[in-house]
Amino acid sequence: MITTHPLSRRLILQAGAASAVLGAPGMLLAQPKPIKVGLVHPVSGGLAYSGGQSRMGAQMAIDEINAAGGIRAMGGAKLEALLGDSQSRPEVGVSEVERMEQDGVSAYLGCFASGIALPATQAAAKYNTPFLIDVGASDLIVNRGLKNVFRLKPGFGKCVDDAIVALGDINKGAGGVAKTAVLVHEESEFGTGTAKLLAGKLPSINIQPLETIKHANPTRDFSNIALRIKGLKPDLVIMSNYQNEYVLLARTLAQQKVDVAAMFSVLGGGFNYKLVKEQPDVAHYMMDFNHWFNPRNAKAMALKKQVEAKGGLFTFEVYLSYNCIMLYADALQRAATADKEKVIAALASSTWMPELMPYGPTKFVNGQNEGGRGALLQASKTDIDVVAPEQFASTKPVYPRPKM
Amino acid sequence: MDANIIAAAAINGLLLGGIYTLVASGLTLIYGVLHIINFAHGSMLMLAMFGVFYLLTLLGIDPYLSIFIMVPAMFIFGYLLYKGLIGRLSSGKDENILLLTLGLSILIENLALMFFKGDSRTILVSYSDTMIEVGPAFVPLPKLISFGVAMGLCAALGLFMQRTDTGRAIRAVAKERVGARLVGIDVDRIYAISYGIGLATLGAAASLMMPIFYVSPSVGHVFVLVAFTVVVLGGMGSFLGAVIGGLIIGLTESFGGLFLGESMGQIGISLIFILILLFRPSGLFGAKT
Repeated sequence: MITTHPLSRRLILQAGAASAVLGAPGMLLAQPKPIKVGLVHPVSGGLAYSGGQSRMGAQMAIDEINAAGGIRAMGGAKLEALLGDSQSRPEVGVSEVERMEQDGVSAYLGCFASGIALPATQAAAKYNTPFLIDVGASDLIVNRGLKNVFRLKPGFGKCVDDAIVALGDINKGAGGVAKTAVLVHEESEFGTGTAKLLAGKLPSINIQPLETIKHANPTRDFSNIALRIKGLKPDLVIMSNYQNEYVLLARTLAQQKVDVAAMFSVLGGGFNYKLVKEQPDVAHYMMDFNHWFNPRNAKAMALKKQVEAKGGLFTFEVYLSYNCIMLYADALQRAATADKEKVIAALASSTWMPELMPYGPTKFVNGQNEGGRGALLQASKTDIDVVAPEQFASTKPVYPRPKM
Repeated sequence: MDANIIAAAAINGLLLGGIYTLVASGLTLIYGVLHIINFAHGSMLMLAMFGVFYLLTLLGIDPYLSIFIMVPAMFIFGYLLYKGLIGRLSSGKDENILLLTLGLSILIENLALMFFKGDSRTILVSYSDTMIEVGPAFVPLPKLISFGVAMGLCAALGLFMQRTDTGRAIRAVAKERVGARLVGIDVDRIYAISYGIGLATLGAAASLMMPIFYVSPSVGHVFVLVAFTVVVLGGMGSFLGAVIGGLIIGLTESFGGLFLGESMGQIGISLIFILILLFRPSGLFGAKT
């Protein structure tokens, strides 16, 4: 049998009074609404490692900002990460943007791959939502006139220009030992664009490109490419590929004893601490022009330790995403609102100093920060060192590398 | 083009094909007996590769020695998976098995992402960079070993299927389920054994591949499409087909890369897939239906 207890008037009044009393502290300490930041990274699929690293860097920054009291100008409003997974696919990146828009996102951070960033930023542009590019090399991302897109790091155009200068300098310093180069690149926007720019600019430093070899993602075997390179006998091999293919290619070239003055890459997807740790002999003497932290900055070194204490690696994805969140927080602080239009204006006029990087203060021109720069790196058997520019360098380059 | 380069590309292609053969042989066995495509094949390969990776990094067991652990381990895993999950939930319907293996692959891949992270890893063993001269080509020793062992294992599997009672029972079930049941063969057990053997081949493949390749949660995708093509080319359910198909696909990839470039070269594999479906749907050695 079911018994019912009709609600008495007294009971309702008691309940009302109780809820008013219990709810009061919450009302008294009412927190401003959290500011939702959509992280659109490929945390599954082929680019999952890099996506995970980006996410880690962004979350570290968000945690740090919140622990320090949130955005002061907005009454201590906290940042809240909306976690997205583009699954390494452009169309999923777009649907994540659309989903987050429904969830009331204030800004986006992404996307690691240019191929995903291009449509995702366009989707965000429909809503005029600020989109910070942490990693994404193609200059098309910022060249399309989208007012909502901001990239803190230099794109491949500037990276190639700076890399050419750095390579030209060390080659000249070594008596111009390298006169020819073979370029090997992956077939998407990143590799193709970088290789095209490089091939066009190498002659300016007296290095002739002999051939440009394109490969698919994934490529399971690089033996034939190694054979072709051996046949061409270049002085340099210049690579532009993502993580997996970078490692396979570098290993195959080392195994096939392709003797060159340097194995060089611009924004080399696999040039990182992991390569040094897992394949020290392959990594030894390899050079890469890439995004890097400032090894002379104490805060950067502290962040590196923090990541390593968690068992992670301090790869460029981590500190680029970290810095982008800090840049956004600075814009929020100055705009004192999460209003999209005002934040976009604040970002556009930003002069924030990313001290963890070898950068100057930010200066955005059409969404691209012109204060950013990469660094020339060289791997030893145990570490990666900055070898140029000189004011950030921790050692001198070994060039040409010793014969195999 | 220089004849030496062509010969070297042929050798590289054959060596690559040896690995494809091993991955495809498990797939073709499972198809031949259970009449389903094992969608979880790629993720099982990934799981086995992580097994080999951790056996080396945590316990210091050489990847080639880990064959003796990975093959039985994957067999038992496959057997129990079929007995405990796939067989039970499929209610005897092929399409249910298909969906189950698809679901399993999604689950396993995402669990791997959670536990191993999206990171790709490689291993380093003392013989990683030992090169052997084979005709005009310099070949890394691990590739030669992988090829030799893969071919040996395929032959052993072929003999097992031809000569042993279990092998005969598997073939009987593959040909005629009802008839096999009538003569007293425990069909469900044979299904589970076949699934187990299918995964055991992946255990071996993983041990042979780790010294030359990387592992990541999505590594299965790199091989599974090729394995499907090998199975379709060789004929669904045919062992000899998997071996010949694997070698043909390896050669196609290698020569495609050489003549069309590594980007366009991969078109060869897809082209073969389409041509076989159009003109010989039963494959080179498949039984005509």
